[in-house]
Amino acid sequence: MTNEILQELIGSWFPNPEFDKISEVVAQSEKDEISEESVESPTPINPCLLEFSEEASQFLNITVQPEQFYTLMSQLKTNEQTQFNYLFCLTGVDWGEELGVVYHLESTIHRHIVVVKVKTKDREHPSLDSVYDIWATAEFHEREVFDFFGIKFNNHPNLKRLFLTEDWDGFPLRKDYVDEINMVIK
Amino acid sequence: MKQTTTIDKGLTEPYQINMGPQHPATHGVLNLLLTIDGEIIKKVEPDLGYIHRSIEKMCERDSYQQIVHLTDRMDYLSSNINNEAVCLTVENALQLEIPERVKVIRTIIGELTRISSHCLWWGVMGMDVGALSTFFYGFRDREMLNDIFEETCGARLTMNYNVPGGLMLDIHPNFVKRVKKFIAHFKTKIPEYDRLLTQNVIFQKRTKGVGVLSKEDAISFGVSGPVARASGYSCDVRKYHPYSALDKVKFNECLKTEGDTFARYQVRIMELWESMSIVEQLIDNIPEGEHRVKTNAVIKLPKGEYYQKVETARGELGVYVISTGTKNPYRLKFRSPGFSNLSVLNHIAVGGKIGDLVATMATLDLVIPDIDR
Amino acid sequence: MTISIININYNLISSIMLEESMSILNMILVALGYLGFFAVAGLFLVLMERRVAAWFQLRVGPNRVGFQGILQTMADALKLISKELTGTVKADKFLYNLAPYFVIVTALMGLAVFPFTKDIQAFDINIGIFFLIAISSIGVIGILLGGWASNNKFALIGAMRSGVQTISYELSIGLSLLTMILLTGSLQLSEIVEVQKSGWLIVQGHVPAIIAFMIYMIAGTAETNRAPFDMVEAESELGAGFHTEYSGMKFAYFFLAEFINMFIIAAIATTVFFGAWLSPFGITESLPWLGVFWFLGKTLLLVFLMMWFRWTFPRLRVDQLLTLEWKYLLPINLVNIVIMALIVWLNLTIQF
Repeated sequence: MTNEILQELIGSWFPNPEFDKISEVVAQSEKDEISEESVESPTPINPCLLEFSEEASQFLNITVQPEQFYTLMSQLKTNEQTQFNYLFCLTGVDWGEELGVVYHLESTIHRHIVVVKVKTKDREHPSLDSVYDIWATAEFHEREVFDFFGIKFNNHPNLKRLFLTEDWDGFPLRKDYVDEINMVIK
Repeated sequence: MKQTTTIDKGLTEPYQINMGPQHPATHGVLNLLLTIDGEIIKKVEPDLGYIHRSIEKMCERDSYQQIVHLTDRMDYLSSNINNEAVCLTVENALQLEIPERVKVIRTIIGELTRISSHCLWWGVMGMDVGALSTFFYGFRDREMLNDIFEETCGARLTMNYNVPGGLMLDIHPNFVKRVKKFIAHFKTKIPEYDRLLTQNVIFQKRTKGVGVLSKEDAISFGVSGPVARASGYSCDVRKYHPYSALDKVKFNECLKTEGDTFARYQVRIMELWESMSIVEQLIDNIPEGEHRVKTNAVIKLPKGEYYQKVETARGELGVYVISTGTKNPYRLKFRSPGFSNLSVLNHIAVGGKIGDLVATMATLDLVIPDIDR
Repeated sequence: MTISIININYNLISSIMLEESMSILNMILVALGYLGFFAVAGLFLVLMERRVAAWFQLRVGPNRVGFQGILQTMADALKLISKELTGTVKADKFLYNLAPYFVIVTALMGLAVFPFTKDIQAFDINIGIFFLIAISSIGVIGILLGGWASNNKFALIGAMRSGVQTISYELSIGLSLLTMILLTGSLQLSEIVEVQKSGWLIVQGHVPAIIAFMIYMIAGTAETNRAPFDMVEAESELGAGFHTEYSGMKFAYFFLAEFINMFIIAAIATTVFFGAWLSPFGITESLPWLGVFWFLGKTLLLVFLMMWFRWTFPRLRVDQLLTLEWKYLLPINLVNIVIMALIVWLNLTIQF
């Protein structure tokens, strides 16, 4: 399936309620033949709750809010047309202000790939939904992300530190982690 | 009546043993916390991190040329393929035109690395199920390959032969001759492997029907490489996302459907033949040309995200780079095959005996630095 | 006829001492002689194993210490003697220290009854075979004690496996030897040799004897806890098994006992199946002292066979090990005894 069709399909699962409202407004205003000045839309409003982008990456990127995240993931796995059953890479990323996780998904049936990104602004107590019950591999990978980024995964069955000891202070792969003794900085 | 209940309570206390971090079967510093009931395994809990060096964090401060050197130390048995993965990522991001000669040589050495890794695995596999002599037979053949590598690039294990833009050096004049000699030698040795181990009744009894992994589970656990292919899951990166010169050669993807330890064993033996056939197709016509294209001394990747997967001897290695346009990656993630393959261990080893766990682990072919990174 | 060494000593010393104390002294001297000889022989077997292993594994093996490495294992033994004896804090000290002696003493006791030639046999007891079987099953107590007392989980698993294994395979050893006893009609080892003057028992008993020999060798390998039946040590599963916590000389006792046990198993096979010190076709009948050569030659050949097993076969799993014994070897053995009895009854044995 090409990226365009995928985008259209996945986008249709999460319609943006505000978009409907605005399009109604737009339709209404067109009817009333009000001049162009009064219709003000400074930012183009996304028709759905997800953000798609293809620039600077070879795959289709989907950015999703933590609230819709779990629903999206289970849809991606179970929907007949997408069937992303292979989670081949789960990466924690520290984007400076936000912490997030990047999921690389592939379908072994349709052989298409998407990248799902989910971010949270809360750096103190970041928490996201676990997808271990959708892809079993996530259990280990989420533990790794928890270990290095401190992102808590809700409903995870065994969320313990994986590589580091239980009493390790801080989360080493965060950008603001400092360890003057063990880290060599150039 | 009261007494019997207390005795029962006493009997059902879990018996936990630490297998590793210094245990012959874990092949390195892996610690498995086993909960056993007599000989039967109830739970396997891996305890990782004994050799964790945080390579991903180190990558964030290093230049792209330096990162290549770190990858050797991950899965040291397929070091060349790891190097290649990083180099390919950088080259694709810079959209460098790589000479055909480099591609062919990379593929040949990659496949030789795979053979060398499988040779070692075969020796260790035999040793884990108790046939001690196999180790030496495996090493005998691996030694020839190591000599070839040594002559080519000066190192036997951590090769560092690839650099972003090509190869560090051109191949040695003896290379083609020696590789051909090795292939001729090794073709007579695989049947010997079969006679010594594969056809042994005890070995077959030990491995058939042990550690069965279904195709659905294999996909769900993100298992890759020979382990996944033994479960009938066609996942060879060389087929689906060919890199270097792999799109020019013909080879079969080795698939089995049983998903047990013996199937995984057979897949690896079949892969030895396939790798040899790939090398044979390429060795006679290595194109002439440059062995390296010029890159800037300081490589800066354009802003964006890059993902490259390659097939190492253990499975799918992914390199995920987020670049902000500076000379260091903003975030670099290695999706290592061993990590996902290890996660399936608890699933397939529970219910078996201690001996089964050892045999299963041997065919998962874990390299601990690859898991810990 | 058995006591000629004792006689030599006897004559030497009889002029000096009283008769009772002389016989005791005799025993001690013979025992010391045997001890000295078999301690060295055990070391030689270790060396042989290492050279055989090297030969199977495309290596050279130890060849530097002395001619062709002949002193290598001596040096190793000296090293082991000089090593510190370590142990766990929470071990049951008394049993922990007792275990190696159980193993080594029973191994050495078995050696007393073998007829190396017509004249060299320290102790010709009339229940020789029975004595050997009985003695060899005491050794397992040492292993169980060692595994349990050292307070190590791996060692305990190893010891339990050993108990299960030895007790099971004891049956096969006993029954396969019983098959041969049907031919000799005597448990006394010297008599068994005497019977074989008209053909080795493996020839006399033909088909059932060969089956019995095969069962005996399988069970014997299992009895000595050697690969492919080395469940007890199983280094890729249990680290080192029951002797994980032993070091220095205590470990060396276990190690030496394994090799002496292997020698005993091969020596029983030689005595019962291959005519002990009798030369093939009586070629050296006129030189009876060559019997030692024939006895040791045959025994070492069988020892080599067991080493061959070890360096080529993978290990069985614990349940497969028990399946093999209880579902295959034992029933075959029982049927085999009946066949042998029929053969003896109908006089179908081959005799020269």
